[in-house]
Amino acid sequence: MSWTLVLVLAAGAYACKAVGFFVLAGRTLPPAVDRCLSLIPAAVVSALVVKDTFASGQDLSIDARVLGVGAAVIALWRRAPFVVVVVIAAAVTAVARRLGWN
Amino acid sequence: MTDPRHPWRDPALRPVVTASLTLATAVGVFAISFGVGAVSAGASVAQTCAMSLLVFTGASQLSAISVIGAGGSTASALGGALVLAARNGVYALTMGRRIEGRLPTRLVAAQFTIDESTAMSVAQDDPVAQRAAFWITGGCIYLFWNLGTLIGALLGTAVDPVTFGLDAAFPAAYVAMVWPQLRTPRGRWAGMLGAAICISLVPVLPVGVPILCAALAVLVGIAPEHSTSAPRAGAST
Repeated sequence: MSWTLVLVLAAGAYACKAVGFFVLAGRTLPPAVDRCLSLIPAAVVSALVVKDTFASGQDLSIDARVLGVGAAVIALWRRAPFVVVVVIAAAVTAVARRLGWN
Repeated sequence: MTDPRHPWRDPALRPVVTASLTLATAVGVFAISFGVGAVSAGASVAQTCAMSLLVFTGASQLSAISVIGAGGSTASALGGALVLAARNGVYALTMGRRIEGRLPTRLVAAQFTIDESTAMSVAQDDPVAQRAAFWITGGCIYLFWNLGTLIGALLGTAVDPVTFGLDAAFPAAYVAMVWPQLRTPRGRWAGMLGAAICISLVPVLPVGVPILCAALAVLVGIAPEHSTSAPRAGAST
């Protein structure tokens, strides 16, 4: 990993926060823009879920991660706290691998 | 009433302090897995810690290291990570109006503007509690996120993330992050569309680019929402 990535990401991430905090905070955005911006986490984080569950580089596969993430979904549905959800996912995946399911 | 100098001593704010510490502990555990993952993806301990100190927004950092770890370019890692970072700008629109103080204070407040601090702040009723909740949550999470990152980065190569299932911990953490966003029909549409765009583009585009394309799913927000004149019986909370 390059320092360029670290520093440009740091500058970019802070700029996003600062623009909202200092420049735009006094203004109101058009409602359509506001609605679209509020959907960013839903769209992008859902994409990260499927990428990290099914993709290895450019290859798609179904492996032990699916069991772990499935267990996490059940835990969330049962209203488990964040840390429990993450630990369950890792544990189920680790056990599945230990049992020989890649 | 709340003492504005020491709002965290106010008994009314104890639930906020407790919730912040619980959240910060979970974030600390998550940060350990970020540290391990970043070092496994080829970052040095210094780079990993610098990322948490300076970038301080978990989903962006994770997405950057998972793109790099999978062999993606710096540019594609940046693209996906910055799209995710943009949401903090949306939170900052809200927090910028609420956090008072001199410029240095507000510069720090901008850095602390993340999912958790914003969520905890907007959940409070009066302005003093809103500011206190923001600072307590932001400060606790900044501390634990960086401590956890350091521990994880030092463990680094001593831990094989695959053996411990840590590669599944990241998508599980994302599921937990996105869960509250899926309560509205729009949120569910954006989520399903984003996931579908990403999965169908993974085999054909460079690593990291599908995440960027998935952001187009926010366009489901363009049309005005239908009026809620007919409330459904038993509507979800």
